[in-house]
Amino acid sequence: MGQPVLKGTTAGATLVSLSGKQPEVVPLPAAPSKPLLAKLLPWGRSALVNLLPPLITVALILLFWQLAAHGPQSSLPPPTKIWEEAKDLITEPFYWAGSQDIGLGWRILVSLQRVAIGFSLAAVVGVLLGALVGQSVWAMRGLDPVFQVLRTVPPLAWLPLSLAAFRDSQPSAIFVIFITAIWPIIINTAVGIRNIPQDYRNVAQVLRLNQIEFFYKIMVPSAAPYIFTGLRIGVGLSWLAIVAAEMLTGGVGIGFFIWDAWNSSRLSDIIVALVYIGVVGFLLDRLVALIGHVVTRGTATN
Amino acid sequence: MGYLKIDHVDKRFQRGAATTEVLKDISLVIDKGEFVSIIGHSGCGKSTLLNIVAGLTPATTGGILLEGKEVNAPGPDRAVVFQNHSLLPWLTVYDNVALAVNKVFGGVKSRAERHDWIMHNLDLVQMGHAKDKRPAEISGGMKQRVGIARGLAMEPKILLLDEPFGALDALTRAHLQDSVMQIHAALGNTMIMITHDVDEAVLLSDRIVMMTNGPSARIGEVLDVHLARPRKRLELVTDRTYIAAREAVLKFLYERHRFVEAA
Repeated sequence: MGQPVLKGTTAGATLVSLSGKQPEVVPLPAAPSKPLLAKLLPWGRSALVNLLPPLITVALILLFWQLAAHGPQSSLPPPTKIWEEAKDLITEPFYWAGSQDIGLGWRILVSLQRVAIGFSLAAVVGVLLGALVGQSVWAMRGLDPVFQVLRTVPPLAWLPLSLAAFRDSQPSAIFVIFITAIWPIIINTAVGIRNIPQDYRNVAQVLRLNQIEFFYKIMVPSAAPYIFTGLRIGVGLSWLAIVAAEMLTGGVGIGFFIWDAWNSSRLSDIIVALVYIGVVGFLLDRLVALIGHVVTRGTATN
Repeated sequence: MGYLKIDHVDKRFQRGAATTEVLKDISLVIDKGEFVSIIGHSGCGKSTLLNIVAGLTPATTGGILLEGKEVNAPGPDRAVVFQNHSLLPWLTVYDNVALAVNKVFGGVKSRAERHDWIMHNLDLVQMGHAKDKRPAEISGGMKQRVGIARGLAMEPKILLLDEPFGALDALTRAHLQDSVMQIHAALGNTMIMITHDVDEAVLLSDRIVMMTNGPSARIGEVLDVHLARPRKRLELVTDRTYIAAREAVLKFLYERHRFVEAA
């Protein structure tokens, strides 16, 4: 019974793929001078399929927002008013007209630089601590409960302490990023290292790899998928924390811009800044995911 | 005197108050260049015995002597070919072997010599063509070939094979058995192989060590296989010595030490 059904499906699948190929074949003899178009056609189609639905969603949201915030007594500005008031912020992210009158792109870059420093430190320290906790039972017993308590402390709760310790806003903001991003990195690395198959450990033992060789030849590549999960969560949390930290520490970051805009009642500017933050956060997440995808290419499949 | 001596090895596992005796008083002497198979029903502790020889598991009492010196930690002088190949999936075939070669011969051989040695061992198992592939891109039999190449490349005093062909289909298994026989003939390695395949044991071995069922597994019998080498699979099918040896092992496994739980 099973086989004829299977055959039927295969035959059906072949038919479908044949008919699917036809549009490719037909334009070639008809327009042999434009093979580029034939190449771009499927690419353009997939772009359309992937881009159109979110564009429609955004358009609907804008429309609804416009309608909802339309009246003169509305407390929030509608999209059209934002465009009028904050057009320069949207169209010129990199203008420079004085120390506090700069484009949002510059502000984002300043914030990104803080995140980069704090997050890089968190990545290095987090992977090392995670390796320790994952590898040693005693380190886990000693450190894991402490980590579990500390990781629930909200990022901003660290800020007064770090301001007191560093007496400067720049290192304090970086410390808040560090302390926010490090916990998921530690915990995921530790899980990844605890999950290294015994086989790999046996190979290392037979080869008499020392601790350092074992760390970078077996541990890190084997735990890489877990480590990158931790890094991805960590970078997301950093980006969440930087805005809040900058609101309190000042400077030129995107967080302080929002605070400043609120104090001078520039609601449109705030909304534009929110969009910038969202897009950059999304890109950061994609970037770490992409690096992870490239680095762990061989690891996930066995 | 013997090349490798397994000397009165006992192995007990302790879990809380309960003690399980896995191996009891295992003594075995293996000569240089000998191919010894250890056969027994599953759960009889034959893999534990191999791990003790490899140094991956410590013996409770007794010990292992290699060329008269006690060995109790793992090392490349006793290379292991693992049942599930244990290749590192993020490294290419070449790099998997290179990891071993660079570690073992890093200070002895030059870079070019090491490269030649890696390729030599890959060619020995007919895997030179796939040197740039990753383990996920090659078949199970090919992975096991690379595992063997990695073991051989360490130039071990003794090569330990832990059910190396257990996970392979019958045809692939036959190819690999032939390869192992050719390598053994060419290099004269000392090898210990764990298996549960009677034909495989008789075809490859100089001696077959038959283990009783656990717990407290012992060496039940040791059978010498007096078959001339090189051995040809097809000719052996009707060979009297082969049939007799096969029968002896089968009788041991299924008459005197039948695996009760499997019934």
